[in-house]
Amino acid sequence: MTLNFNDETFRGDYTFRNSPAAIRRFPFPFDQDSYMYSVNLEPHAGGREGSPFQNRFDVDEHYVAEMKDREITLTEDPLRCQSLPHMELAGWDFLELVMVSKSEDYPELFTLNRDGDRWHWINRPLGIEQRFTFLDPTTLPCGPMEYITRQTQGDHALLDQRDGNLWMDAGMVTSQADWSLDFDIGMNFYEWHAPVPKANEMGVFQRALKFLLNLQQGAPVRRLNWTMTVNPRLDTSPENYHKWGPEKRTITPENVGEKQHLRVELQTLWRLPRSNAIAFPIRCYLMSLEDIVSQPKWGRRLHRVLRDLPDELAEYKGFAVNRPVIVDYLSKFDDGAETSPGIFPD
Amino acid sequence: MSALELRVAAVEPLSPLVTRFRFEDPAGATLPLFSGGAHIVVEMPDEDTLRRNAYSLISDPLDGSGYEIAVRREDAGRGGSRFMHARVKPGDTMRVTLPINLFSLDLRAKKHVLIGGGIGITPFLAQLRQLQRLQMPFELHYAARSRAEAAGLALLPDLPQIHVHISDEGNRMDLGAILGSQPLGTHIYTCGPEGLIAAVDETGARLGWPKGALHSEAFLAPPPGTPFTVTLKSGRKIEVGAHQSLLEALEAAEVEVDWSCRGGACGRCETGVSSCHGRIEHHDHWLSDEEKAAQTKIMPCVSRFTGESLTLDL
Repeated sequence: MTLNFNDETFRGDYTFRNSPAAIRRFPFPFDQDSYMYSVNLEPHAGGREGSPFQNRFDVDEHYVAEMKDREITLTEDPLRCQSLPHMELAGWDFLELVMVSKSEDYPELFTLNRDGDRWHWINRPLGIEQRFTFLDPTTLPCGPMEYITRQTQGDHALLDQRDGNLWMDAGMVTSQADWSLDFDIGMNFYEWHAPVPKANEMGVFQRALKFLLNLQQGAPVRRLNWTMTVNPRLDTSPENYHKWGPEKRTITPENVGEKQHLRVELQTLWRLPRSNAIAFPIRCYLMSLEDIVSQPKWGRRLHRVLRDLPDELAEYKGFAVNRPVIVDYLSKFDDGAETSPGIFPD
Repeated sequence: MSALELRVAAVEPLSPLVTRFRFEDPAGATLPLFSGGAHIVVEMPDEDTLRRNAYSLISDPLDGSGYEIAVRREDAGRGGSRFMHARVKPGDTMRVTLPINLFSLDLRAKKHVLIGGGIGITPFLAQLRQLQRLQMPFELHYAARSRAEAAGLALLPDLPQIHVHISDEGNRMDLGAILGSQPLGTHIYTCGPEGLIAAVDETGARLGWPKGALHSEAFLAPPPGTPFTVTLKSGRKIEVGAHQSLLEALEAAEVEVDWSCRGGACGRCETGVSSCHGRIEHHDHWLSDEEKAAQTKIMPCVSRFTGESLTLDL
């Protein structure tokens, strides 16, 4: 597989684009014509070739540009990356997981040589070469979690497990759907999920937590989550709401297809060996409505999902204000035909 | 439950009742590392019964060359430990699960105090290696009745932080002294008989320890009891023998039940009860007191039943 990395931006002039190949492999999140919460976890054990599920950590054409965007966000706001002192071991576990996975899954892009604790890491797309001693933080330019998450697409939370709960005690969060690591750091599973409507009454969190507390090494799981974002912006954080919130008001029937994006998160959960913590990468994929409707099945289905979504969910996901314009646009691509099962395009 | 097929590399008696087993990958591959306090579940094909027992890993968590466990022979138990002692030989192949940790260190602690009673020393053997490697302050207290029974002595390194209390030698463990002299931010971990765990909890409460700083793991094997019968939704009846757990009886009858720790701690095998005429003998640490009293849920790995009839949501 040869990857060409896009030169593109996720702010300002928003030059982000999906190539035709990226459109076909987009992780469309709806496997039926309606949506409600569920504990929709499945084993993260590969998937259709070429899809974002195939490899443990998906690397795509946006990799280099996303890492540049992360750097800009971190320079402006260093609190997007935090690790409480007891989480350093989990950071090393995660660094190992990413380096081993990427060097095995993308040998032409990444190389890891290990001689005991003496490691040698080469990241060709980002032009990085680093020799360091595993478990010795003085041999890296920053902490292990920060080091590896500056080179890994998606946000990443490290969850400590104790007292029958999970605690958000470390993370790198620069491409989030309106939540804040600085606010959530130190919270437990119920606390950081408190703003989500309906799901708690449905018992979703209790079941999900019980499942995750028993998550086994070597048996990672995944789920898809989604929301809507105006403009292809990665940093839709509460901290910068003043920058992106007003952009929601720029949607018109003429520009909705180009400006309105479906934002999909491929969330994976991994038990880490030495720390017994859980790594929680949240990988963000963006696609404009006009790219979505290029796949007729997706155009029909997205129309039906958004049209019939309960009001609280549209409100929580932050697109209630634009829902009529979005649904009206999508209705033109829904001829009422039946859609095939599953998420992949026809 | 993902499992590994491992070769028994060594079998070594440590005391008349306790034997150490070492497992290695047959092809010499490195095994997944783990965290101190983790256990594996070992499968034992014993005639027509497939036994599965959980044992704490006692080897170095950062050494993937093998997994080691220490098994105490329980002559009054259901037969798993007798199988390990009598039947398992070097060179055998056995299936074990990947390590799972329900008793991990709280890495926020400023100091870790480990208190092991009898065979309850096992999770701490791995934890103390992890603590040494992380260079964290700790002390370990090992209590045993007699030196002959103290199988852990052979496994403990000679370190000033390690204190051995042999009650036959008049050297009983003084919990008040141990808990009374610790710096703020210390966490206490106890593993051993229920009595020891209760004593640490009481001492901690008396001395004003925060509950969140006291951790414990009772090594809970499914207790034997009188035979009983359960009914499934289909009307099918399953007999549970005196030396069999309900979970084992369901597995023998090829009824699918999810499980992980098999010791009443993880919650994975929780099963709904649709009708109960009698009393569920709850032995688990998972259900709340209210849930136990309601008799609408059972943990088939350790809990039993006496009475007229019990119908499960299976």
